Amino acid sequence: SHSFTHSGVFFGPSNNSTDPLNGQGRKVWLHVQKNDKGDCFHQPRVRGEDSFEEAPMYVAVLTYMNYGIVILFGYFRDFLRAVGLEKCHQAQEREEQRNFVPLYQDFENFYKRNLYTRVRDNWNRPICSFPGPFFDIMERVSDDYNWTFRLTGRTIENVINMGSYNYLGFAENNVDFLKTVAEETRQYGVGVCSTRQELGNLSIHEKLERLVAEFLGVESAMAFGMGFATNSMNIPALVGKGCLILSDELNHTSLILGARLSGATIRVFKHNNMQSLEKMLKESICSGQPRTHRAWKKILIMVEGIHSMEGSLVRLPEILALKKKYKAYLYLDEAHSIGAVGPTGRGVTEHFGVDPNEVDVLMGTFTKSFGAAGGYIAGKKELVDYLRSHSHSAVYATAMSPPVVEQIIRAIKCIMGVDGTTEGQRRVRQLAENTRYLRSRLKKMGFIIYGNQDSPVVPLLLYLPGKVGAFSRAMLKRKIGIVVVGFPATPITEARARFCVSAAHTREMLDKVLQSLDELGDDIKVKFSRHRSSYRPELYDETDFELDS
Amino acid sequence: MLKTVVLHNVLMETVIRRRRSDSVKMAAGQQWVLVEMVQAFYEAPAYHLILEGILILWIIRLLFSKTYKLQERSDLTEKEKEELIEEWQPEPLVPLVPKDHPSLNYDVVTGPPSHRIIVNGKECINFASFNFLGLLDSERVKLKALSSLKKYGVGTCGPRGFYGTFDVHLELEERLAKFMRTEEAIIYSYGFATIASAIPAYSKRGDIVFVDEAACFSIQKGLQASRSFVKYFKHNDMEDLERLLKEQEIEDQKNPRKARVIRRFIVVEGLYINAADICPLPELVKLKYKYKVRIFLEESMSFGVLGEYGRGVTEHFGVNIDDIDLISANMENALASIGGFCCGRSFVIDHQRLSGQGYCFSASLPPMLASAAIEALNIMEEDPGIFRVLQDKCKHMHKALQGTPGLKTVGEPLTPALHLLLENSTGSRTNDLKLLRAIVDYSLDRQIALTLARYLDKEERFLPPPSIRVVVTVEQTQEEMEKAAQCIREAAVKILK
Repeated sequence: SHSFTHSGVFFGPSNNSTDPLNGQGRKVWLHVQKNDKGDCFHQPRVRGEDSFEEAPMYVAVLTYMNYGIVILFGYFRDFLRAVGLEKCHQAQEREEQRNFVPLYQDFENFYKRNLYTRVRDNWNRPICSFPGPFFDIMERVSDDYNWTFRLTGRTIENVINMGSYNYLGFAENNVDFLKTVAEETRQYGVGVCSTRQELGNLSIHEKLERLVAEFLGVESAMAFGMGFATNSMNIPALVGKGCLILSDELNHTSLILGARLSGATIRVFKHNNMQSLEKMLKESICSGQPRTHRAWKKILIMVEGIHSMEGSLVRLPEILALKKKYKAYLYLDEAHSIGAVGPTGRGVTEHFGVDPNEVDVLMGTFTKSFGAAGGYIAGKKELVDYLRSHSHSAVYATAMSPPVVEQIIRAIKCIMGVDGTTEGQRRVRQLAENTRYLRSRLKKMGFIIYGNQDSPVVPLLLYLPGKVGAFSRAMLKRKIGIVVVGFPATPITEARARFCVSAAHTREMLDKVLQSLDELGDDIKVKFSRHRSSYRPELYDETDFELDS
Repeated sequence: MLKTVVLHNVLMETVIRRRRSDSVKMAAGQQWVLVEMVQAFYEAPAYHLILEGILILWIIRLLFSKTYKLQERSDLTEKEKEELIEEWQPEPLVPLVPKDHPSLNYDVVTGPPSHRIIVNGKECINFASFNFLGLLDSERVKLKALSSLKKYGVGTCGPRGFYGTFDVHLELEERLAKFMRTEEAIIYSYGFATIASAIPAYSKRGDIVFVDEAACFSIQKGLQASRSFVKYFKHNDMEDLERLLKEQEIEDQKNPRKARVIRRFIVVEGLYINAADICPLPELVKLKYKYKVRIFLEESMSFGVLGEYGRGVTEHFGVNIDDIDLISANMENALASIGGFCCGRSFVIDHQRLSGQGYCFSASLPPMLASAAIEALNIMEEDPGIFRVLQDKCKHMHKALQGTPGLKTVGEPLTPALHLLLENSTGSRTNDLKLLRAIVDYSLDRQIALTLARYLDKEERFLPPPSIRVVVTVEQTQEEMEKAAQCIREAAVKILK
């Protein structure tokens, strides 16, 4: 099989041999590999493979041709619009301001006008139910080739939801489960109308923060009202001028924005590439700050636990070793991994059997696994105390909504089992099982699937922009809602579909999805995998650091 | 550098000689070229050959000698590198915060932060939360949120693009646009992120933004994220703004080609949260057309407060809302929910659906919070008298606080969030804050909940002076306001001496 495997370099052979189909993944997944250095935190698990199979050459050529044709057409139609043969549906600047400097540059809009508009019916599909394993999509039609949409008033009911980040199925409307949330709504209302530092610090916020810290196994935690802002408004409190941020090239926009707002120097290393990171660490420390060559004040490595588009899993043990060797700090964004991986849902640290206290800054969101909104930062008490007094969010942003707080509390309690049930743990296991099942079946069918076998984010590569729209529409016809992404969210040649596995998916749903994908994969011809065995080359072979601490 | 010069010389030499021979034998084929060269070699004078020989030798030398590079001097051996890494000691990730740091120990509110609020265990009347219209406690809003909870649960589990668009979001956007009488509205899931995302969606590197010095922190962050060129004008000083605009006009005349692509914006607040006064919008609109600058207006404090129907500062001044390019406000004050929105013409607003970072890359607003905002809008539309009540109360409070000994009341009579400043500063910000905090504590003991206005001292572009914030809401009765003013007066007398 042709999958670039970059595992096993550090921990010896990975357990490729298990056939996840008949083993159903579960046994394998719970198996923690014993390491001879026996203390409890240093039992690195088998990481499992991250596969990034390369597309056949002809696909790349076709993809570029595909873009070429669309762009040519775009120019042609722009020409027609310019001479007035085609009607331009875009909103226009008002007369009074025609002599202002144009608000948009023309090339900015070219992509939107000529490429995005052709397929834009595949995004922003409005739904009118909770985003559980099924949802109801509001039917919309366009009378002007996707420039505007009209809701028909009909709904497409019971569409299988493969798009929402509902990993543990906490996006639900079960009255019994939501009892406490309803009570809080009745008592508090929905707003707070003040910031944490003024009069918006409710006792339930503090309760939530204690619970988050306990759940993660760290000293302290602070919660914020928006996941995106948790990154963008706290990173500037941690680093500043004279500091260095080493950021993974595929990091989320919120991390990039936070880094940019901090004023620190930013350098970017290749995605999940330890060699690139180490080289950068070494060179940066040796040469110091640019021009002045003064020593860096501190170095912060920023990575994500599970990448939302690649489905890859961070190489945490290696990063921790590097961080220790070079005295850098680690900022770990667990937006997609908290709750979603680890034998009891405690994220990538637990997945790797690493002490969470070894990570300097643990960040995560409540939007995904917990079915709520907001984010947290957790770690040592000094860190959180500092954020309490210096975080932009604590001073300037309205505190979290009480019902949302209660939803997170109930979800965490459920996962921890302190609600007296085993429901949370059942969901964590179910998610792991579903993930392995879907991934292995898709691979068998001949699709190119990116990412780690334990990652519930499952990208299926489509490559050609023309197939993106067709694929998504055909899936919706079969009553399956999927997410497709293309440029600029992915590299230009790597448009893909993405599935997010949920614990709420039953085997029947997954089988229906798989069957549809199988048929569609043949119809639309996106089974690109050639399964030639090969290993990811040279990048990961030379490391000169040791893994233990 | 030298190498190239020499190479160039030699090449030129060959070219010249080729040309010379070309003129002799134009029609010669390839094989003739070599013959020609040999011929030319014989014909050439001796000094020329010697010179050329030296040049060739030089080139060979240059090719084989090690290139001189700046970096090479700093090339370190592996051992030296290891030593450097060994020696390097980073600063701690965060400095230690002293236990008694004023912003570390928050006041704790138990129970809802409504009109009656329990702060640090004491039941008080709330003069601190921005719950201007009292909608936080509205039963109707709560019921609407509950029914939404029953249908949708809490989270949306996705950004707007990926199945995070709910029917309630569309409804709320439509309602907000209708309420504000604009073409389109767009909602964000976090108030702070609204204007902070909107500014960089339009203003890019190289563009120019004229900003009031008193602009709030989220505007400052939006400007920073945009990487545009920022020019601050004195607070509400239109002459100063015009001076800057004129300067830019002169600059533009020098380089008209560049001027044709530099976008320019004025960013102001309708009602300044830091200064508690209103921006001179009519003058701003005049300047807008005179100098062809777009206006972005942040209305978090004025939306649902100013104007006959609560539409904010445009209604307050009777300015045509289409003259404002973008209005942004949060839904966390008057609407007493969570999130924010931008509204304006579709030509402007729609752009954010692909370019507003906080919109595209964040999970959408929980539907129950959107439903609550819709119900709050319903109440505002059904009972526009509420704005008049609020405005009257604001005027009353403003009047009641006048003449408090040692304290200066900052803000216009129509402002629902006034600032109380020390008349005589002690000269140190820390001590000033301590004095003001003592007044807050004194009031807390007497059932009046106030708060200090909090800022990040080192992060603010123009740090406002320390102050106590007094917030007026429609729920406060005449007596309660009298009581609060009386209490503050007593505290000031006692503490400021």
